[in-house]
Amino acid sequence: MSWIRITQSDNVPLREGRAIRVAGREIALFNLGDRFLAVENRCPHRGGPLSDGIVSGPSVVCPLHAWKVCLESGKVARPEQSSCVKTYPVRLEDGVVMVRLPQASLHFDNSTDSALP
Amino acid sequence: MEKLVVVGNGMAGIGCLEQILRHAPKFEVTVFGDETHVNYNRILLSSVLAGERDPGDIVLNGLEWYRKHDIALRLGVRIADIDRETKTVVGDDGSITRFDKLLLATGSAPFIPPIRGVEKEGVLTFRNLEDTRAMLERSRPGLKAAVIGGGLLGLEAARGLQVRGCDVTVVHLLDALMNVQLDRTGGDYLKIKMERLGVKVLLNRATSAILGNGRVEGVEFADGETIDAEMVVIAAGIRPNVELGRKAGLEINRGIVVNDYMETSDPDVFAVGECVEHRGVVYGLVAPLLEQAKILAATITGNRGPVYAGSRPAAKLKIMGVDMFSAGDLREREGTEVIRYEDPSLGVYKKLIVSGGRLAGVILVGDAAGSNRYMEWLRAETDLTKQRRSLLFPEPAADSGLDIARMPDSETVCGCLGVSKGAIISAIHEKGVNSLAQLKQCTRASTGCGSCTPLCQSLLKAVAPEFEEEKKKVLCDCLPFSQDNLREMIQTQRLRSVQEVLDIYGNGHGCEICKPALSYLVDVVWCGGHEEDRSARFINDRVHANIQKDGTFSVVPRIRGGVTSPGELHRIADVAEKYNVPMVKITGSQRIDLLGVRKEDLPRVWADLGMPSGQAYAKGVRMVKTCVGTEFCRFGTQDSTSAGIELERRLENLYTPHKVKMAAVGCPRNCAEATVKDIGLIGQEGSWQVVVGGAAGKSVRKADLLITVETTRQAIEASELFFQYYRENANYLERTYDFVERLGIEKVRKETVYAVEDVRNGLLDRLHKSKALSRDAWLEREELVNPTQFVQIQPMEFAV
Repeated sequence: MSWIRITQSDNVPLREGRAIRVAGREIALFNLGDRFLAVENRCPHRGGPLSDGIVSGPSVVCPLHAWKVCLESGKVARPEQSSCVKTYPVRLEDGVVMVRLPQASLHFDNSTDSALP
Repeated sequence: MEKLVVVGNGMAGIGCLEQILRHAPKFEVTVFGDETHVNYNRILLSSVLAGERDPGDIVLNGLEWYRKHDIALRLGVRIADIDRETKTVVGDDGSITRFDKLLLATGSAPFIPPIRGVEKEGVLTFRNLEDTRAMLERSRPGLKAAVIGGGLLGLEAARGLQVRGCDVTVVHLLDALMNVQLDRTGGDYLKIKMERLGVKVLLNRATSAILGNGRVEGVEFADGETIDAEMVVIAAGIRPNVELGRKAGLEINRGIVVNDYMETSDPDVFAVGECVEHRGVVYGLVAPLLEQAKILAATITGNRGPVYAGSRPAAKLKIMGVDMFSAGDLREREGTEVIRYEDPSLGVYKKLIVSGGRLAGVILVGDAAGSNRYMEWLRAETDLTKQRRSLLFPEPAADSGLDIARMPDSETVCGCLGVSKGAIISAIHEKGVNSLAQLKQCTRASTGCGSCTPLCQSLLKAVAPEFEEEKKKVLCDCLPFSQDNLREMIQTQRLRSVQEVLDIYGNGHGCEICKPALSYLVDVVWCGGHEEDRSARFINDRVHANIQKDGTFSVVPRIRGGVTSPGELHRIADVAEKYNVPMVKITGSQRIDLLGVRKEDLPRVWADLGMPSGQAYAKGVRMVKTCVGTEFCRFGTQDSTSAGIELERRLENLYTPHKVKMAAVGCPRNCAEATVKDIGLIGQEGSWQVVVGGAAGKSVRKADLLITVETTRQAIEASELFFQYYRENANYLERTYDFVERLGIEKVRKETVYAVEDVRNGLLDRLHKSKALSRDAWLEREELVNPTQFVQIQPMEFAV
């Protein structure tokens, strides 16, 4: 496990999301005002970019077909079904948002994703 | 089977036939009609003239109805003779048809007063669909029209022509309008109403001659005074068509004389409707015809028994914004009491004539509420002693259902088609009627002038088990208010941001439904002076492009009126190559779409295009599609291209409840499909029609005529009025076609193009204020809302 410094917190506007490409993954980072949350930036329905969705309380609504995903649990809240997205722990340090990625996948991703800038 | 021949295919003949068919079918029926149309609702011709309805909308019995009932229909055939010896009728086509029973429903014809020159080209009457068509063909904005006769029909004709833009003068012989149905004061109130609508009224004028050399040029009165007129409509009353009956030797007085069983002097010949005289009275209104029809149907089917005892005259003016109702005996004589109320500012006049504690007659001008109540008092001869305090103004009912409960079953709900409360209730109970549409089909109630629709709905609500009233829709669970409420809250509480509304009235969070809606509402309420919150916007409105299935975006630059240039085309081609745009597509809206652009490229794409946003992603002004109009087209009558570009320029960059697509065409060939657009300008020789509420997407709807105007400037102003009215009154995500349908085009007209000047100026002022604060969204490339608006965030450190 490893905490990665992502960005200055004010780069993510209040109640909006932003996409971040890191270690071969695309993560959607959200600013909920009192906290930041991060999930995999891919709607389980048709792969829509969740970072472009409208934030509704602790959830985001996918811009493509309005699936609603809980940012805390990663579970799809609407329509009712069992699929979910990965969630990532987030913390704030000196105004910088940090996201923790699983160590194993990091190594894996690093080894296969050498083309990253 | 006995043969029944019906002469006359109008409301009386066919209305009567419908009643006859309710008894066991025992006749082989042939119907002759000298008009070439199936049976239509003659009362609504004035609304066809006013453009509120199409001729097709007023058909009462389509061909399939005749087929279904095995009725032989002979249209365009006039019956020239009746031979009662051989029991045959002879048509003007030479046909001879045998009958066992004959029903005369020949109606009436316009009365033409002795005026010199009535044969001149341009002199019309207003009686049937052909007359209406002739008036429509001739009417154009600015045309000077004189209507001779200030009665019901004359006033409706005048208003219809005036709505078409004609300069209309009503000429009336006597000193008050509608002198048969109103008193002098009522006539004065009505005159003021008509004049406020823009119709000129001349009283005490006996028309002596129609002037002009072959064609109408003016009208001359008995005192030598003249007025200019290019069209004259004679609406001086009607005369029963009795010639056929007279030739057949039937007893004729003013009309064909019938007894209380609706039999003529020949027991096998019956008559109904306007051609009939019963107990010395000839009726020219619809309700009596239908009462007669019921009695006649009983007699002719061998159920002779019920008698017709005459009808109480009742008349209602069907002019939008001019309420007028009159019924009963209006004569004041010894022993009658008169109860009167007048409010000159409101233009309301009410008068009741009470005799022996019972209502004898009623006049309502300016406010016809309560007309049903008065009709019932007249019919039932209700003792009014206990209600003396609430004769003019009913005590407000504690609950609105009470009024309906109090209504006796016999009370007429629909005066046009003579449907009682009891008939509606039995339709609900016995036929399982649950909706207004079913009620219309089953009982015909509210298919006439439509003024009883609210009452029908209340009855359905009270009685029908499964009737679901259209609930006042709340926006969503986060914010349980209707959009009308929300507008009011935003305005009165001076809320300028979405979050304020959510914090005060909602759950503080909002959702994907209420946030974009509120974003729109604060924008429109404050004319663009709101506090913009991009987090409440859909992604399209955060980055001013339309998100595609793969997360890329489409880019549609504004190409006003669909007119582009080589320079623009070069730049579009260069951009497509430079950014590897996967698809370049010509859209249905005469524009060019660059599909598959990455979000981070958007600002540079816009800069390279050097063109403004076409708002193709927004609930906003899309485009004005045009044809080449007079510029190149050999059929063009108006410069639709310039008009379209100007309209687009005036409205572009504004946001609307839902997308707004427009078109301007230079002639009625309608090449740019203006009749299926939210707003359409249709050019014709010397004028523009402005049409609204059209659709050709998920829904297909022909646009309604808003107004016909002379100049391009007026056409654009009418469009602007409607545009702003839609912005301010429609629900978010409600297209104009649903909006216009919900409100009705009459209401829309009344509150836009026919509104008083202050209201119109208010709409235009707010529109111009919004426009002044708006700008091309793509200029945001030079002034980003936030530094990461378009880009992906780059991590500060890479994973190790």
